[in-house]
Amino acid sequence: MTAQPQTLAQKILARACGRTTVQPGEIIVGRLDLAMTHDSSGPRRLQPMLERLGAKIWDLSKFVVITDHYLPANDDDSRQIIRITRDWAREHGLKNFHDEQGICHVVLPEKGYLRPGMFAVGGDSHSPTGGAFGAYMFGVGATEMLGAVVTGEIWVKVPQTLLIEWSGSLGRGVSAKDMMLHLCRTLGLDGADYQAVQYTGSAISALSMQERMTLCNMATEIGAQTGLVAPDATTRDWLQQVAGVDPASIDITQWQGDADAPLGAHQRFDASSLAPQVAAPHSPANAGPIGDHGHQRIQVAYLGACTGAKLDDLRMAASVLRGRRIASGVRLMVGAASLHDQQQAEREGTLGVLQQAGAELLPNACGACAGYGAYRFNADTVVISSTARNFKGRMGSADARVFLGSPYTVAASAVTGHITDPRELLA
Amino acid sequence: MSKDSNPSTQAPGSIEPADATSATPGGRVWRCGDNLDTDALAPGQYMKYGIEEIARHCLESLQPEFASQVRAGDVVVAGRNCGTGSSREQAPQALKHLGVAALVAKSFAGLFYRNAINLGLPAVVCAEADRIQAGDRIRVDARAGLIHNHTRGEQLRCEAIPAHLLQLLDDGGLLPHLERRLAGRTNNHPAAVSSHE
Repeated sequence: MTAQPQTLAQKILARACGRTTVQPGEIIVGRLDLAMTHDSSGPRRLQPMLERLGAKIWDLSKFVVITDHYLPANDDDSRQIIRITRDWAREHGLKNFHDEQGICHVVLPEKGYLRPGMFAVGGDSHSPTGGAFGAYMFGVGATEMLGAVVTGEIWVKVPQTLLIEWSGSLGRGVSAKDMMLHLCRTLGLDGADYQAVQYTGSAISALSMQERMTLCNMATEIGAQTGLVAPDATTRDWLQQVAGVDPASIDITQWQGDADAPLGAHQRFDASSLAPQVAAPHSPANAGPIGDHGHQRIQVAYLGACTGAKLDDLRMAASVLRGRRIASGVRLMVGAASLHDQQQAEREGTLGVLQQAGAELLPNACGACAGYGAYRFNADTVVISSTARNFKGRMGSADARVFLGSPYTVAASAVTGHITDPRELLA
Repeated sequence: MSKDSNPSTQAPGSIEPADATSATPGGRVWRCGDNLDTDALAPGQYMKYGIEEIARHCLESLQPEFASQVRAGDVVVAGRNCGTGSSREQAPQALKHLGVAALVAKSFAGLFYRNAINLGLPAVVCAEADRIQAGDRIRVDARAGLIHNHTRGEQLRCEAIPAHLLQLLDDGGLLPHLERRLAGRTNNHPAAVSSHE
């Protein structure tokens, strides 16, 4: 143990800047272990700036590009963005290029890039997803990414850690997404004040890796710079078995916060008493227990994006939809978050359950969540979505109404045609 | 903490400021509410285009007249958590492209704040931002941490911008800052400079 007790966030940042300890509030410059971008924030934005500076990427072996926002490329502009991305990767001999493999936050760990203790940036706000693996990862804009990849370093104001402890255990039909919607309501969209959030407690230890990814992904929605879960046997096993990471490179004992490290705050929640949550338009913070949303009719049920269409999310939906059909007049859209997850879902029968229930499959990409391209919701369409954000106009018309819920809730609502507590169908 | 309200904005109206004839009238104020999100500032469907087209649609879901009526030197004043949401730097970039001189808010989303400064758009935190109304004429002195409200004849104090970020603003943003830094390196250590791609 160090002389000055440190949180996990502090330990990672201390290593990144070559010191033994760092203190909350100080500005440090850390060496990056990894930088990830996608087709929207990546080469199309970076290359003109690289040319202006006459500079190069500091270390191509640590630079990852993943296409996800403009797929499917449904018009000339989107096709051009994808083409620029592919050409750039080819011209630079970029090995770490993953094209049409799925959404960056899900593909990145799946391909074995992440390890506990890493210091990393992503050109997307949901980059804290990597924190599920005990990495300090955060989102940056394209210009800041340019600075990061030219210098190989980036500044951080060492954050306080907001420890969010979930005791007890989640009930059937309740998931990490419900935890996050509850936190959005309780803490607000700026509740974490751009500090580090760390999730802990018995209910967190019990979560699968992909459920932990949902927690860290939506750390963004409570305003954190990064979200973390300290690595444990679940982390190590997933990295080894799913991502094929060499176990010798996974250190789950070093990357733990000290028990007596000072915290910014310590908030406690009870998982056992948590009901499924739904956020009304147009903010994730407009969340509340699902009972508040009674018989709200829906036309679209959407399982999508890095937040809500990973393999575990598809499994949750399948557990509700098994042997059932969606209501007439309802569209169930499913865009598995990665090709890997979709193929596994297909092998094990999960995808078949969804399709037999009436789901239409979307490509393994950001889909309607980002509202960038092919999938956008029309005015007056009412949607229940497993994605992260429902800001006005984000996913289509400013007059579309998007409710957020868990994959269980999206599936249950697709069956009945109105917002439905999944526990009624799982009973 | 209170439940977050939806972003809301009020039109600046056509009130002629009291000191319209003053030599330094300052910029006109556009007011936005709490949790102004990046989807409102840079709507997703236009993200495939260049900044000119994105800027044309800046805030259109909340304040449709904004993009066509905002003038160079105007100031956007928002509530809590300004710029929540995406990492897309086109959000602050659209405001800058439209000529917005500064952003004032009770607080900023951290990622958006970094983007604004990196693009050379002064973003200042002012706890008393609610004292500024749509249509007011104000001048923001980011370095001094002061807002001069000419319309109401008052001064408001802002949080100081950290020194390393003031340096970025002085250089016009991160890209020109890097240009200077790399040029400096050229003079001192020619070997350290990467060749042109």
